[in-house]
Amino acid sequence: MRNSSIINVSRRGILGGMGAGALILAVGLPRPGRAQEEPEFGRDAMPNGWRDDPKVFIAIAPDGIVTVTCHRQEMGQGVRTSIAMVVADELGAEWENVRVTQAPGDEEKYGNQDTDGSRSLRHHFMPLRRAGAAARTMLEQAAAEQWGVDVSEVKADGHKVRHAGSGRTLGYGELAAAAMDLDVPARDSLTLKDPSEFRYIGKNSIGLVDNMDITTGTTTYGIDVKREGMLYAVVARPPVYGGTVASLDDSAALAIDGVEKVVRIEPSEFPTEFAPLGGVAVIARNTYLAMKGRDALEIEWDNGPNADYDSETYRETLSQAANSEGGKVLRDEGDYDEAAAGAAQTVEAEYYIPHLAQAPMEPPAAVVEIKDGRAEAWACVQAPQVTKLRLAERLGLDESAVRVNVTLLGGGFGRKSKPDFVLEAGILSQAMDGAPVKLTWTREDDIHHSYYHTVSVEKMSAGLDEGGKTVAWRHRTAAPTIGSIFAPDPMQKLPFELGMGLLNMPLAIENVRAENPQAPAHVRIGWYRSVSNIPHAFAIQSFAAELAEAAGRDQKEYLLELIGPPREIDPTNQGDVWNYGENPDVYPIDTGRMAAVVEAAAEGIEWGRDMPEGQGLGIAGHYSFVSYVAVAAEVEVVDGEVRVPRVSIAIDCGAHVNPDRIRSQMEGAVIMGVGQALMTEVTFAEGRAVQDNFDTYLIPRMEEAPKRIDVHFVGNDAAYDRPLGGVGEPGLPPVVPAITNAVFAATKKRIRRLPIADQLRS
Amino acid sequence: MVKLVINGEERRFDGDQDTPLLWVLRDEMGLTGTKYGCGIAACGACTVHIDGAPSFACVTPVGVLEGAEVTTIEGLSEKGDHPVQEAWRELNVAQCGYCQAGQIMQAAALVEQYDTVTDEDIDAVMSANLCRCGTYPRIRAAVKQASAAKSGSKAAEAQ
Repeated sequence: MRNSSIINVSRRGILGGMGAGALILAVGLPRPGRAQEEPEFGRDAMPNGWRDDPKVFIAIAPDGIVTVTCHRQEMGQGVRTSIAMVVADELGAEWENVRVTQAPGDEEKYGNQDTDGSRSLRHHFMPLRRAGAAARTMLEQAAAEQWGVDVSEVKADGHKVRHAGSGRTLGYGELAAAAMDLDVPARDSLTLKDPSEFRYIGKNSIGLVDNMDITTGTTTYGIDVKREGMLYAVVARPPVYGGTVASLDDSAALAIDGVEKVVRIEPSEFPTEFAPLGGVAVIARNTYLAMKGRDALEIEWDNGPNADYDSETYRETLSQAANSEGGKVLRDEGDYDEAAAGAAQTVEAEYYIPHLAQAPMEPPAAVVEIKDGRAEAWACVQAPQVTKLRLAERLGLDESAVRVNVTLLGGGFGRKSKPDFVLEAGILSQAMDGAPVKLTWTREDDIHHSYYHTVSVEKMSAGLDEGGKTVAWRHRTAAPTIGSIFAPDPMQKLPFELGMGLLNMPLAIENVRAENPQAPAHVRIGWYRSVSNIPHAFAIQSFAAELAEAAGRDQKEYLLELIGPPREIDPTNQGDVWNYGENPDVYPIDTGRMAAVVEAAAEGIEWGRDMPEGQGLGIAGHYSFVSYVAVAAEVEVVDGEVRVPRVSIAIDCGAHVNPDRIRSQMEGAVIMGVGQALMTEVTFAEGRAVQDNFDTYLIPRMEEAPKRIDVHFVGNDAAYDRPLGGVGEPGLPPVVPAITNAVFAATKKRIRRLPIADQLRS
Repeated sequence: MVKLVINGEERRFDGDQDTPLLWVLRDEMGLTGTKYGCGIAACGACTVHIDGAPSFACVTPVGVLEGAEVTTIEGLSEKGDHPVQEAWRELNVAQCGYCQAGQIMQAAALVEQYDTVTDEDIDAVMSANLCRCGTYPRIRAAVKQASAAKSGSKAAEAQ
């Protein structure tokens, strides 16, 4: 039973005492209404909500050019194209006359701009359709007025308004000024297009709006911004989280021709949230000289309380926690202990998932300039509003005196949700009397000072009855929480982390317990594409395969049995107060859809075929970001080396806006997952990240990418009256267990520790 | 001081001759199409052509380039209509797009060098260039398409 008082209590309990962080952490948690009111969900519950005002999002020039303002950040998901498609379709615009401009951070004007959680289209599809429809209606009204006819006699389409009786037409450009002077029609008076009339939405008719610029090198990412008189900076940061500068000799650096200044950046209060780590900046005439100056700094560090952080030792710490009684019980159905004790067979497995760095190809970079008491930033940020707020605070300016312009993001994956690098650029501009300063993170900076994906031990235990059916299931997850960057370490996962596959686990098992023992954080923990779904899906889907093996059953058939009969699950009944911020009545978990993607992925890989020695098939399915994805992988293992020649991935994300970008997100997720299965990890020794750059922090290359990736669309992709699912993240979680399950099929060796690296080499 | 030709124009640089070509292009010449990704020749985001050969601008000191001809993404074609660029757009290869200038420069050299391009060639050559978004399947397809377009136009010229 869901009600706002439960949510209220949970929110207080979880967010109480979190200060400034509460604002951020509240993102996506259902927002309880005032007394006696229904709680708000989804787009309504996001900070600053949504807007659908056509005058905010659409400008039409006298020459007919329609400019759509994109208020969500482009980082490769194709959102600039998709948002323009939605608006243009409802507007009745001709695509060749549509342009896209990027909004600065201004949520009062644009509504929520945090581009994360796979929710840009899920939350803004309908408001943007209404914006387009409203503008279309205003163009019709303007034309009808000009002709002195009733508005019902005119129709806007194909970039012009036509009067049916006379055949007269007026172009959008001719009508623009008069139309945009009109009042915006009431929301409930708007007529949205019937999906059968869509020309762009759901079609593959539109290429990327930035295609020409990207292929000719004329795009502007954060790292590309240039301002008159700009200086260039890099920062030497404490190598250990929480460290400080003990002593500094900057004489050699300052002796370099072209090095302008060395600036101490004071460490921020810990935990640092989105504030800089502190350190020493070198400001110079170009990036190379700044790096050369940084190399010449002589710094002794006080490494602080995390100086002993060591990945091997910490894995044992997590393992101990995960193997102990007394962890916080978060979900408890039936009687696990009794069912396990009475089981014919018990199975246990412990899984380890390492830290990861998002490592977007464009490292963090930003330019800030301060003039006449106003600061202006140009930056590759996923969350421009919080960037503006934190930059204003750090520079001692009013929010209204700060502007954050958003560039293209050369990848984000969660790293660029945190604007610490923009604050560094602001501090350095201030130190240079407001001159524009470009702050660039080198790749080493990026790997050494990421907001890392958490590190987990997942301990799974189960009991099977005589028929091999799973009758008891216990999942213990031990992992430092993202909450630890916002407040004194909470030691337990937050609702949004628990709701990523742990508490909302939809398998049909009678006796289920989920526990979360404590785990301290020693580095900055942050969002990484699909977040806690990564460890949870790996553990659950690996374990499901282990149970199939224990029961002597086919992996796919057993998984389908665990998923059980088609039914709708309200995750809040299982202790998941979050449900991706969505209303569980609107977004229940539909196990029929889950089973359907598993079937589709299996069919796509020709499940059940005989495999030669050293080759195997594996499968996994996972629900995340209110979408359903399953992956079937084919692997071959030669001399302990794993190759993944072929992957079949099936997604049901509800109705499709931009099918080609859904496809590309699935392709990309498969390749990122291949990396996580085979090679990608960050480890720590003496508090420092061991890996430095792409020579040691390994991500897949062309030769390691599957030669064949088949993307299958499942479900009703034209159900535009139904709520949309996420796309950017849900592809990733099932990829890794599908691969490691296939490795088992090929070698009989169970991978319980990621990445595989050299585990299979003799 | 070094004199070199960048995208057909003679340019000079009299700063620190150890400065990698990458930073000369980006910070001094205003050519930001060539990207920084690693600084150690491990990711290929900085790939340019030096005297026609694909090269990592991030590890090439500008001082060794006296008289060299450098082509960057901005100079690959006048109208952005190199077969590789066209294939990239037709197949919507890019996601974030950041690594794509380097990918395109690497691919342009590859299709220039071989009349037909095999999967093995693509593995061997394009593995120098990292893409974190995972656009490899489309890069593979686009390289093949560009190679076919190129040999098609060669065949047409020969007739």
